Amino acid sequence: MIGYLIRRVGQALIVLVGVTIITFILLHLLPGSPVRAILGIRASPQAVAQLTKQFGFDQPLWVQYGVWVSHLVQLNLGYSYKQNETVMTLLAQRIPKTLFLVGTSLVVAVLLAVPLGILQAVRRNRPDDYVMTGFSFIFYSMPTFWLGLLLIIFFSGDLGWFPSAAPQDQTSLFSQLNGMVLPVATLSLVTLALFSRYMRSSMLEQSIQDYVRTARAKGVSNRAVLFRHILRNALIPVITLIGLSLGGILSGAVVTESVFNYPGMGLAFYQAAQADDFPVLLGVVVVVALATVIGNLVADILYAVVDPRIRYS
Amino acid sequence: MSSLGPLSAEAILAEPAVSAGGAVPEGGEAYHSGSAWRMIAAVFLENRLAIVGLGMIIFVTLFSFVGPFIYRTQQVFDNPNIANHAPSLAHPLGTDALGYDVLGRIMLGGQSSLEIGFAAALIAIGIGVVWGAASGLAGGIIDTVMMRIVDAMLAIPFLFALIVLGAIFTTSILELIIVIGLVAWLVPARLVRGETLSLRVREYVQAVRVMGGGSRRVLFRHIIPNTVGTIVVNATFQVADAIIAVATLSYLGLGVSAPATNWGGELNLGLNYIFSGYWWTIYPAGLAIVLTVVAFNFVGDAMRDALEVRLQRR
Repeated sequence: MIGYLIRRVGQALIVLVGVTIITFILLHLLPGSPVRAILGIRASPQAVAQLTKQFGFDQPLWVQYGVWVSHLVQLNLGYSYKQNETVMTLLAQRIPKTLFLVGTSLVVAVLLAVPLGILQAVRRNRPDDYVMTGFSFIFYSMPTFWLGLLLIIFFSGDLGWFPSAAPQDQTSLFSQLNGMVLPVATLSLVTLALFSRYMRSSMLEQSIQDYVRTARAKGVSNRAVLFRHILRNALIPVITLIGLSLGGILSGAVVTESVFNYPGMGLAFYQAAQADDFPVLLGVVVVVALATVIGNLVADILYAVVDPRIRYS
Repeated sequence: MSSLGPLSAEAILAEPAVSAGGAVPEGGEAYHSGSAWRMIAAVFLENRLAIVGLGMIIFVTLFSFVGPFIYRTQQVFDNPNIANHAPSLAHPLGTDALGYDVLGRIMLGGQSSLEIGFAAALIAIGIGVVWGAASGLAGGIIDTVMMRIVDAMLAIPFLFALIVLGAIFTTSILELIIVIGLVAWLVPARLVRGETLSLRVREYVQAVRVMGGGSRRVLFRHIIPNTVGTIVVNATFQVADAIIAVATLSYLGLGVSAPATNWGGELNLGLNYIFSGYWWTIYPAGLAIVLTVVAFNFVGDAMRDALEVRLQRR
């Protein structure tokens, strides 16, 4: 197990180094130079030259990369000239809110997806399975922003049950919980569609295994076979799925946050894209990539803990 | 390592074995050895959802590309005088915020949505297949380096990468295609690489080597043709994902600008008036996206079932 852990963590570290290189390349793909982005198009050549020197953009690329990475390690993600604050300050306010949204949606999605998947597997190829499969296909195929807007039209426009915008500041996040209903519903419905489909096929995959036949031959009741044998094994891949889908859920959060004007990291990212605020854009990319890598790492390690066969493959 | 590295949503959808649909033959119906393709076609045709999906794809394609010849509308100049008019005889689905006829607009939007979807999928598959097969065939340090590059790029989620690239490059249809293709090739690369690892040790590959066949011959004549099942299935999902990606980028304001349009852009236009009751600017374009994407997902799912060897032991 220790050997596996070391190998897997080492791999994750290499991937992270790769991410920093990619982000650095993106930084240099920017049209014109970052200095122009700060000073504007009509800046004098002298001012541009001076700032270029000051920021070290005249250094060789590998030196610039070294400086950038050493800043990164010190949690210095750069400065947003559009927002007039450091990227870190901005993200420190925004990340907890995104975590709250994503975490709640994830819990809701898993709590609903597992029973749904079991039900679908048990009722396989019957009309109700087809109906549920159909719905999960539709939700999976629906652009997240459209789903969010349909929920707004129906639940805040027609019925007036929930506000169409999310609570705006830290204190109202918990005091105005009804403002969180639609954003969480949007994000969890999209996630739920993916999870329940996966849960269904994982259940079916397990149900044809030899140990299930053995259990039945021993005279174990259907119910016990389902919950004690099939379900427990079917849940294993779902653990991994949660870790692997973190990137997709964070993408969903960008869209959800911009639909409901929810002041999280996703909204900051979206607004930065509109304003060409590249320090924020790239800062968010680094944070999100870090989250994805950690998500995958934790998923793999958990998988190895639950299913020892993995470690030796 | 485990086979469970970072994957994107569409790869996760590539669920384990047994999947939707398809009645089991009543017994006595054996598939004749015949051609493999005929058997694949039989499994595919057995799946009703696949037929529905295929029908929907054909319909949407005809609607978008042939439709404008039958239902002629003016789609070049905006006409603010008739903006947001309700459906009438002259405009069966009303007009949008710029005064374009919505039905005609959706045909036009369908053209670019489908074009972008197919072209981006083609680019993604093209790069991914060659990269994955070359990596798997090379093995050793080259394989490690090539796959770590894929891992690192996959760590940046699809939409985040798209938005950053979308903000860097100005967006024409061509650039949208390239940007989506450049982000989407990672998953097919991983899939094909995995398959190459098992293909390269097969006897027929060894035989080609013994007969003096070079790596390029092995790669393009033997490895890649044998991964075609994986490729076709993934390509189908790629089209679906690309259509959603274009729509989302348009919604976020990073899409193409008028008079060019796509379903997402048309939706985005209507969304400014969601509380005004202009339903015809919101539902038709949204339904077009959902129906098309559902159709591609149905077909992709059925093809995976048809090509999945484990499922053919019935």
